[in-house]
This record gives sequence, structure tokens and C-alpha cells, in this order.
Amino acid sequence: MAAGSAVGIVGPNGAGKTTLLDVLAGAQPPTAGSVHFRGTDVTSASAADRCRMGIGRTHQVPRPFVDMTVFENVYVGATAGGRLRGSAAYERCLSVLELSGLLPVANRRAMSLGLLHRKRLELARALAAGPEVLLLDEIGGGLTDAEAEELLETIERLRRQGIAIVWIEHIVHVLVRAVDRLICMDAGRVIADGPPDEVLQDATVIDAYLGKQE
Amino acid sequence: MIWVNAVMAGILLGGLYALFACGLSLMYGVMGIINLAHGDLAVLGAYLVFVISSSLGVSPFLALPVAVVLMGGLGYLMQRALLERSLRAGPLVPLLTTFGLAIVIQNGLLQLFTSDSRSLDAGALTVASLHVNDQLTIPLLGVVIFLVALGLLGGLQLFLNRTAIGRAMRATAQDPDTAELIGINAKHMYGLATAIAVGTVTIAGTFFGMRSSFAPLSGPSQLIFAFEAVVIGGIGSLWGTLVGGIVLGVAQTIGAQINPQSSILCGNLVFLAVLIIRNGRVFVSRAVSS
Repeated sequence: MAAGSAVGIVGPNGAGKTTLLDVLAGAQPPTAGSVHFRGTDVTSASAADRCRMGIGRTHQVPRPFVDMTVFENVYVGATAGGRLRGSAAYERCLSVLELSGLLPVANRRAMSLGLLHRKRLELARALAAGPEVLLLDEIGGGLTDAEAEELLETIERLRRQGIAIVWIEHIVHVLVRAVDRLICMDAGRVIADGPPDEVLQDATVIDAYLGKQE
Repeated sequence: MIWVNAVMAGILLGGLYALFACGLSLMYGVMGIINLAHGDLAVLGAYLVFVISSSLGVSPFLALPVAVVLMGGLGYLMQRALLERSLRAGPLVPLLTTFGLAIVIQNGLLQLFTSDSRSLDAGALTVASLHVNDQLTIPLLGVVIFLVALGLLGGLQLFLNRTAIGRAMRATAQDPDTAELIGINAKHMYGLATAIAVGTVTIAGTFFGMRSSFAPLSGPSQLIFAFEAVVIGGIGSLWGTLVGGIVLGVAQTIGAQINPQSSILCGNLVFLAVLIIRNGRVFVSRAVSS
């Protein structure tokens, strides 16, 4: 993937989309194949090492550190993943909190956040580590149209900063506006890969994914 | 006034129990490990201070920092080489592993030092006391131990709340898998938590050795006191260990005032009473907290 590029991944439940993200992030080992990052085989690298290299990841169901404040959640991302210290870490935290709209709730415990703020925190914490590739797992689920628009703007800003995006999303009409390549998976296999318009017209995709939704 | 004396002695004793208990609480809070070798590690630390101070001819207070560093290193290795492997096999295996470790430490110490009791010479501090009035005196060593416990608990709390490593440790305690995904080496954090726990229990063991005598098999009884303090104060809570330690200490000294034979019994009865009042529920926090 080139810097600033964006790939969307769609497919029915159980297609293996989240497993693919797990394998890319190092949360699960692959049963076959390898993962390469910046020309290096990182298949055997731990999830923590991959994060420090520049692979960030968010979860489908947000997993904040609930006993810590929003700021602390982001701070551990900046210090552990981003390897920043002192004022550099604080500045990184402030910028991602501002970007994700979490600055007003920075001192609240993550436990008290609603779903929208939890999703934003999931993104902010991953960004605090300073990723070059960001793996997003259904970050748009449950958002209103206005919130989805905000998310699209945020993704566009990240891309302009050179961050490459891999985004799993069921809200296809939102996803296709943010990505320039779309992959459709079914039963652990890629069944279509190309520009979003072409993939969405693909008969196999309609049969395996879009058709089933109707 | 005799009861005031007993309560005062109990509060100070609570400081020692808090020193014993905070490492136990930290290991459970961060890794979910109940370390049955905790008391034996305290005794091992006391022996290490004894060896350093007697071989170099220095005060145990000077030997203590060296022993804390060495025991902390041992704790880190223990976690990475032993407990980390057992953690993968479910919650029962670390319990059995630390039980086995306790037996190894006890028998190793018996081999090296025989079953003779020893004590650490705190110098003039051993008998020094603050004379409040004719009926109330406060042992200075007890005050020192209590202040060290306060400082240690406060320092640990600051470390966990204010430093990058402390925050990473708290994050790991809450969700190690997610912590890994944001760049935290969870295994290293576990190692550091065990190093801190073993370092703090070395301090506890050393003060225990200054207050009274210790022998290779002294560990299990200290483990029980630490356990009781942790459970009374709430598992995983650092300041809770001080509260639990004080409740246990005061119960023991008041029990001793009623009848010298009933000191430990009285502490155990208060522990049981706390469990009954809470209807068997134990306050548990898998996250290290205040």
C-alpha cells in the first residue's frame, strides 16, 4: 500500500475480514502466507513491535482501558506505541484528542463514555501511536449521517497526512467515498479486488454479499 | 491508656503488614496471579540482607537497597522464565507454580542456613522509643516501618498514575491484548510488576527480621497475614492494603492485650468477621487502583 492510500474491505459476516486485520496487526498468526511492512517480513513480529513499527489498529467493539481517563488512554498509545516522552507525548495527545473531538471529555474516565465517544477514543488511541498504516474495523457502525460525514472528513485528513488506511465496513455507501480500492471477501477468500465501482458491480460480489443483504 | 498503647502498636504493625501485602496485591491486580511464595520471598530477602550486612559488616539498612535491587531482578526473571509460561495454562497453574516455588525456597534456605532463627540488627533503633507520657510509648522502629509503608504506597501510586510505565502497567492490567496492539510489551510489564512486588516484599521481610526473628519456614505465616490484609482492604487496591494491615494489626495487638495467646486468633476472627459482614464477597479489582 502506498502512503495515503485507502483500501476498503467488505464481505458477509464470517468472511474473515476481522481475522485478516488480526493477522496484519499481529494479534493472530497466519496459517499460511506472510505479512510485509516497508519491505520487511514482519510475520514473526509481535503485535506490540508491529505497532511501534507503524501498524495501528482499532477494534470493531471498542476496547478502551475503562479505569483510565480518555487522556490516559491516548497517552499510553503515544508513549508505548509512539515512543514519545514528555512534552512531545502531550502534544501528540492533544492533537489526536482535538482531531477526534475528544478534548472536552479528556479527563473523563473511559468507563463513562457512550458508544460514539468510545469509537472516537479507539481511533484516537491508535493515532496517538503515530501509525503509517491504520487498520479500522467497522468504525462507522452505529453512527448518524452527520457523524459518518465527520468520520469521512477525519479519514481524508489522515490520508492527506500520508497515513494508509485499511477499513472494514458494512456501511458500504460511506466506505466507498473514502477508499480508492475495494476488496470483497467471502469464506476466507478474496472474491473481488479493484476500484470500488467495479467491485460493487461484480456479479460474484452481488451474489455473495450485496445480494444477501436485500 | 493500656488500650491506647495496644491500638497504637496495632496501627504501626499494620504498616508492616501493608508492606507485605502491597506486592501481593500488585501481582494479583496486574496479572491475576496469587503468589503463594510471597511470604517465602520476604524471608529470602531477609536472608539476603543478613548475608550482605554480615559479610560486608554494614548495617542492614545499607544492605537493604542492594537486596531490593537483586531481589527485584530475581522477581523479573521469575516472571519471565517461570510464571509467564504457567499463566498460559489458566489461573490454577500459576497458583501451583508459586506453591512449588515456596517449597523450593523454604528447603533451599534450610539447606543453606539450617533451621536456626536469625534476626537483623537495627542498632539503636531496635529499642528506641518515643516517650509520650509515663503510660504511652511509641517504638521508633515501628514508626519508621509505618512511614516507609506510607512512602512506598504513595510512591507506587504516583508511579502507576503519573509515569508512562505506570500507565502502561495499568493498561496491561486491564486488557493485555489491547495493550499489545498499542505497542505495550505486556510480558515486560508483567516482569516489572513482579520485580516491584518482590522488591517491596524484600523491604517487608527485612523489617520483619528487625522486629523479630526469622527462620527458613517463617514465610507461610507472613503470607497469611498479607493475604488477610489484602482481602480486608480489597484485592488490587494499594491503599486498601494499608487499611487491611491496620485492621489486622490492631485486632492482633488488642487480642494480645486480652490474652497473649490469642493475638493471631483475634486477627483471624476479625478477618472472618469481615468476610461474614460482606457475605463472603471479596472486593476484587483486576486493575491496580487507589
